[in-house]
Amino acid sequence: MTKQSFHPTRRQTLLLMGAAGLTTLAPSLTPLGAAQAQEAPSGQLVIGFSQEPTVFNPHMPHIEVDEGVHYAVFDPLFDVDQDGNFFPLLAAEVPTVENGGISADGLTWRVKLRDGVTWHDGTPFTAEDVKFTIELLVNPEFKSWRSTGHDQVRNLTVVSPTEITWTMEKPFAPYLSLLAGTFIVPKHAFEGQDPNTAPFNNTPIGTGAYKWKNRVAGDHIELEANTNYFGDGPYLERLVIKYIPDLTVLYTQFKTGDIDLVGLQWITPDHYEEAKGLSDRVVEVVGTATFESLSFNMQRPQFQDLAVRQALYHAIDKQAIIDALYYGVPSPTETFMPRESFYYNDALPAHEYSPDKARALLDEAGWVPGDDGIRVKDGVRLAFTNSTTAGNHLREQVQQFLQQSFQDIGVEMTISNLPPAVMWGDYWMLSQFDSVVVGLNVLTGADPDASTFFLSSASPAKGGAGQNTWVYENPEVDALLTQGAETVVPEERREAYLKIQEILRADLPFLPIYQYAVIHGRKAGVEGFAGNVNNRIDTWNVRSWRWN
Amino acid sequence: MVRYLLSRCGQSLVLLFLVSLIGFMVLNLAPGGPLSQFALTPGMTKEALDRIAEQMGLNRPLPIQYLDWLWHLIRGDWGVSYRDGRPVLEVIGSHLFATLLLMGTATFFAVLIGASVGIKGALAQGSAFDTTTTVAAMIALSIPTFWFGLVAIYVFSLWLGWLPAGNMYTVGDGSVGDYARHLILPSMVLALVEVAVWSRYMRAATLEVISQDFVRTAKAKGLPPRRVVMKHIVGNALVPMITLAGLQLPTLLGGALVTETVFTWPGMGRLFLDSLGYNDYPVVMGLLMFSAILVLIGNLAADLLAASIDPRIRLD
Repeated sequence: MTKQSFHPTRRQTLLLMGAAGLTTLAPSLTPLGAAQAQEAPSGQLVIGFSQEPTVFNPHMPHIEVDEGVHYAVFDPLFDVDQDGNFFPLLAAEVPTVENGGISADGLTWRVKLRDGVTWHDGTPFTAEDVKFTIELLVNPEFKSWRSTGHDQVRNLTVVSPTEITWTMEKPFAPYLSLLAGTFIVPKHAFEGQDPNTAPFNNTPIGTGAYKWKNRVAGDHIELEANTNYFGDGPYLERLVIKYIPDLTVLYTQFKTGDIDLVGLQWITPDHYEEAKGLSDRVVEVVGTATFESLSFNMQRPQFQDLAVRQALYHAIDKQAIIDALYYGVPSPTETFMPRESFYYNDALPAHEYSPDKARALLDEAGWVPGDDGIRVKDGVRLAFTNSTTAGNHLREQVQQFLQQSFQDIGVEMTISNLPPAVMWGDYWMLSQFDSVVVGLNVLTGADPDASTFFLSSASPAKGGAGQNTWVYENPEVDALLTQGAETVVPEERREAYLKIQEILRADLPFLPIYQYAVIHGRKAGVEGFAGNVNNRIDTWNVRSWRWN
Repeated sequence: MVRYLLSRCGQSLVLLFLVSLIGFMVLNLAPGGPLSQFALTPGMTKEALDRIAEQMGLNRPLPIQYLDWLWHLIRGDWGVSYRDGRPVLEVIGSHLFATLLLMGTATFFAVLIGASVGIKGALAQGSAFDTTTTVAAMIALSIPTFWFGLVAIYVFSLWLGWLPAGNMYTVGDGSVGDYARHLILPSMVLALVEVAVWSRYMRAATLEVISQDFVRTAKAKGLPPRRVVMKHIVGNALVPMITLAGLQLPTLLGGALVTETVFTWPGMGRLFLDSLGYNDYPVVMGLLMFSAILVLIGNLAADLLAASIDPRIRLD
């Protein structure tokens, strides 16, 4: 087997030059291959999740926690590490314009695959499996959870067992990131089967570092080392994914040592101080790509005046919310883009908490306090409801705090919370709310594309197919989003996304409060763990985890 | 007798039908639905949600969905879980053992201790023992299981380090001793409340028998006190307990919602909560039918048993 070489994009080259002074590179940048001496897997690691993984076919509708298993059992063609660099897995190299993998117009793709990889059942992995996976995702008979991007693939051709080509209907830059989240599944496991009910769906066969062993429903999933893994790892003989439904119990079992690593939904902020002091435990705060905001329904007359949105933003004491309610764990933000991203705009105007400015803005815009102290303009009362998931105690406290702050500037906010199934059903999708407090990740995997959320044509309330529930409309943003999605070279795309963030910060269809951060905890001997804002779940690099 | 059984079965079928109809309506008429959990998935679109809804048959009119479900059920097909695609009966079956183990152990100790305490208290009504156990039972009944479970974990797992903080067994071990160690805390927590219930019922039943004429007669004709207690009092006081046991059957298999959550016990209670949370309608409906059937069987069995033991009860 030949040693794999790393083909950086322009951006990756710059990053690599910057990293040259460091003694070590990120583990994921280490060339993968059999040339490395590999120790035998040993030991067992128990990961605790507060939700139960139940969907093991990665292409059927599933939630975040299911991907915790997918990353261990399957591999995508390539993935994105914590610094935003693509690295090859089942592909021999990441396709770029420079290496000829993607044509300059972004239309023709050619992916070379790693040779000598086998599925867990011993069948060789070939380009046919890649073809099958992409076709499965757009198969109208299949309960596919997402066909975005794949539906633009044409002329999918297997050139040889280690090479596949296709053309895109139109240039679509986010496709590279979408492929990074697309786990390749074995064609032979579906032969003669209905893909919706194939036995594979409950006993998955992958190429990943860990093999499926068994599942005790409602309790745990046991995976064992794939000693034939093509890459670096695995280092653990057994990986146990334990379901612990209550967050207090999850933390307690971390303290007692029953679980070695606290995954989704991590340690709650109220336990952070205590957790930091535990002996033989490593506890750290890691940023994620989700941002919390007070989001408006822009169709409501109260919110059509920019001055109102600006005034409400001035009335929010972000720092007080973060410190008093979230124990200082998350960090304030001005945008939807995570600060770890290459596309993050760090030049946005900083939010200023000032009730005086808020009142002045409203006075100036002609919103005059009525008899009850609530401002009115042209017969419109500055009053609205605010909704979120009922039972989310921290958010409910944030709402009460906001209610008080807005009351002080003559704005009435009524809290009207709903159970999750109702809140995020039609009420949310069809924009039936006035305003919500919501945590959203609007990106496309590791890609900055946010078209499904910000394109004016993406509002379900107006018949659109996306999730622009603000019903936000700005032709300039539309143009920039389209331009960004069609540009393949990261440096050129960056300008578009910086500008989009600038416009959204000025327009304020949502008031950004903070970027999410989660509190990870693990036993001191666990090595290889790395938080990654570009992936949805902690096990993205579980192949490298080991006991010291 | 056969006629009685047939009429009971007929009534049960009508009842099951009504339970299924009401259950289905309540589940489906509540806003939201099985797909709302995917709404906040990054990149999820209304279009994709609509497509999945159509593939799952969720956009058909409710009466059609209900009849479809019922028709399958009549033919023995309980449907397939929305969560993991497995047949509903298999999903329920995979949680039964855990619940039986936990509830069986807890109930065994609860009945044994509860009945003894109840009888002893009734025989010495007003004594220090009776007063103490009555007060203790009231306290045990009032303690929230969730809180008590957490306190037990803090004391016995975190502080003393004697027992595991939860789970049914250690992955990779799973020996009988390992199961037993994991059983102690949750079954103790569950049994505490049940002991209280059983002792209260047993005490009341015993007191009622003690004041009966035949007990006085037995004493008057000079039977040894031990024989009066065992044969005349306890024997008769146990009859109403059979009905209670019949009512407990669904609980035995239905699991304990709170205790199973606190001790991460993979039983039926957890399954019910999780399935509700995920709007996994086929499993929720399956559990509903399953427990309805258990209630009916439990009651029928209790009636038959009581009649066969107590000649005063006649079934017709």
